[in-house]
Formats: sequence, C-alpha cells, structure tokens
Amino acid sequence: MSGMVAVIDYGMGNLHSVASALQHVGADEVVVTHDAELIRKADRVVFPGVGAIRDCMAEIRRLKCDELLVQALTEQHVPVLAICVGLQALMSHSEENGGVDCLGIIPGEVRFFGNPLEDGQGQRLKVPHMGWNEVRQHRDHPLWAGIPDMTRFYFVHSYYVHAENRSLLAGSVEYGVSADAALARDNLFAVQFHPEKSADAGLTLLKNFLEWNGQC
Amino acid sequence: MGLAKRIIPCLDVDNGRVVKGVNFVDIRDAGDPVEIAMRYNEQGADEVCFLDITASSDGRETTVHTVEQIAEHVFIPLTVGGGIRSVEDIRTMLNAGADKVSINTAAIHNPELVRESALRFGSQCIVVAIDAKRVDDVDGLPRWEIFTHGGRKPTGIDAVAWAVRMAELGAGEILLTSMDRDGTRNGFELGVTRAITDAVEIPVIASGGVGTLDHLVDGVTVGGADAVLAASIFHFGEFTVPQAKAYMAERGIEVRL
Repeated sequence: MSGMVAVIDYGMGNLHSVASALQHVGADEVVVTHDAELIRKADRVVFPGVGAIRDCMAEIRRLKCDELLVQALTEQHVPVLAICVGLQALMSHSEENGGVDCLGIIPGEVRFFGNPLEDGQGQRLKVPHMGWNEVRQHRDHPLWAGIPDMTRFYFVHSYYVHAENRSLLAGSVEYGVSADAALARDNLFAVQFHPEKSADAGLTLLKNFLEWNGQC
Repeated sequence: MGLAKRIIPCLDVDNGRVVKGVNFVDIRDAGDPVEIAMRYNEQGADEVCFLDITASSDGRETTVHTVEQIAEHVFIPLTVGGGIRSVEDIRTMLNAGADKVSINTAAIHNPELVRESALRFGSQCIVVAIDAKRVDDVDGLPRWEIFTHGGRKPTGIDAVAWAVRMAELGAGEILLTSMDRDGTRNGFELGVTRAITDAVEIPVIASGGVGTLDHLVDGVTVGGADAVLAASIFHFGEFTVPQAKAYMAERGIEVRL
C-alpha cells in the first residue's frame, strides 16, 4: 500500500506527468498540492521542480514548502523523493541566475556544466545535458531494485549537483564531469533525472518508491 | 559511453487525428494519436513529437485534450508544436502535459516570445523550430534561409545566424527541418545540419527527408545532430524504432537500446 502521495506544487511547471506516472504504477492516491494539512497527512512526499532556480526558491519559500519538506523529512519520517530542480533546491547554493542560496538540507553545490564542455576524447558536449544517459549506481538502495547498473534515464539540465558528503552518492552520470545523479540519506532519495519521463526504468524507480519504507 | 543520440517519431495531427495514417500491423485505430504514441513508447522511442496542423481555433481544444491523454499514458518526453503563438499557448500545452513546446513562425514575428517563455518556463522546454531552404550566395557558397508557410514564403533570415540568436534568447533546443528535403525521402540536408550544430551550444534535432536507416546515421555522423526525427519510415511500418536503433548502434552510434 502506497497510501497517499503528496506531490508538492509550488506553481512552477506542470506536475501532472509526475502524478500520472505515480498513478500508473499503482499509487493509492496522489494529490498535487501545497496545502500544509494535506502534506502533513501524506504517507509519501514527492518534491519536483522545473525551471529556473531563483523563481523556484522564491515560490518554495513564499508558500512555505521548505518548512513542509523539512517536517516530512524529520518529523513525519515519510519517504521523500526529490526530482531535478527539487534535488537542486535541497543543496546549499546554486550558480544559476548569478548565484542563489538554496535550502541547505544537503550540503553541497549546484554548478554550471561549463561552456565549452568536452568529454574525455575532446568531443564538444552540448548544454543543456538533454537526453538519455547512463546512471552508475554507487550503492545498493531499495529504489534501485530491479534496475540494472548503468541503466539510462532521461535528463534535462544545465546545472549539476555535487554533494559535499560523498557517502550520500547513490548514482552518478558522466557528462564532461562526473555529476551526482542520485543522492540518498535516510528517508530521502533525490534524483537529477526525470523518472516520470524515463520509460520502464523510471516507472520501476517510482514503483520502488511507493513500496519503500524509508529505510536504507 | 555517454549520452545517447535520440530517435524521435513525429505525428502530424489534424483535429485530433493523425494524418497520413499509421500502418502498424496490430493497431486498432490507425488515426488515434494516443494509441500511436503509446506504440512508439513501447517500441523504445526516446521522445515523441506531436505536430499540430489543425487550422481552426475550435480544433485547438481537441489538441489540448489529445496532449492530455498522451501525457497520461506515455512516460517519455513529449514535444508539442504547431500554432504556438503566445506565452499563454505555451502555458496551455505545458499544463496539458507537454514537456517541450516548439515555436516556429511566432518566433520570427516576435523573437521576444522565445526570451519571455524561456524565462518563465525554463529553456529546457522551449524548442525553436527552423524551416530552412537552400538559397546559395551569388558566389555559389551554400547558404540557407528561413521560409514560412510550408516553405513557400522566404523571410530573408539566414538560418544559421537565426539559430545562434534563438539560442542566445534562451531556446533549449533547435528542431531543424529542411524544406528542400521534407517529404522527399532523400535524406537530411546535411550541410545546414552541420552548420547549425557547429554554431550553437544547444542540442539540434535533424528533420526532413528520412527515407532509409542510413539517413538517420548520416544525420548524426555527418550532420552532427543530437537527435533525429522521422515520420513516414516509422508510420508505414517499413522500419521499427528498435530496427533503427540496432542499425545505428552497429555503426558506432550510441543509442538507448
């Protein structure tokens, strides 16, 4: 039983894809909301995000979604999945928009991929990093269940995460640099890619999230 | 190994029905965009492109509804283009479930639309579609110009310079269609593909003219495209997406298998 899944909506972009994907893999109930009461009652929380970090952070703070997130993580102790800009917002600071302070829930930086960006053979790489890339799994985790190492997920981002505490690294992706693709800490799993757009691999991860007890 | 080159089947949709039909063997309704998009998803397409050619404004409601239905059933990225004129049109499509919206003529009339929408929704969801036609210089050097109205109306705008400007304004991707090749099955116009992929930092999707699997290969290896888009070779069941990917992989192109 997945129980009620709250997808935190702070008004940035369309969250229906996340909600439909969760429903598709069998969520009992999915609500897209920033209502504090609903989020407090949720059995699981998804913290998504698209768009530019400055606007996202402003809306997260204005709607007090930061407090709700911290509460879900540390008081409700429910499983939390952060996606894309949701992951970036958890870090200490982002280079995007001339430099923006983020939530600092996970100490670390959000950095620009660089321009020009090259791979190991000196081939030019396009930015944004857009498309299907291989995720190297750095540790076992319930959310990786049934997903082979080096499976491709769909990415679209120009800034990448680097966590200070390297023991949190659950997955990485190579694109000119080695970027953090997944971070795991207690009841939090945070991914840079879009599981809701990553076909079967992504749906498996979301299904694993619905079955996860928040331990790892 | 690294980022895979993407293969993107494209559906031309008029009033909620796929035009030109799609000839999958075991499909119930060859004109239903939802069913067809689901089929491409099952085949392992990396994205789906939905090009709305509906002329009437009533039909736009149908389009929004179709996009909603595709987004409910297909868990790969969906690009929607055709008839996008304003920030409001973009918002409508994103809210309906599109991941990216492609802007074509409206960007020519109002380039600021690209900047505004990239700032509002993020560059990752703003695709600028460029319809280019070869118009060589007086000294015979190759040059490509942007045409509107299905390739009939010249604009005087240089396609390569335009791509650079669109990237500067915040486009996250270029969808490049050769109007000389579209529908010919003679392969992509590789000259303009290479010129634009070299000129911009953002990904470029090559489109227009695919008739064989070698054309897909050439788009990547000669044209330098990050993704290749095709309609008829997939629609009529000549090739499946897995066949195209296997063929490209045999020729050293990294694809998602």
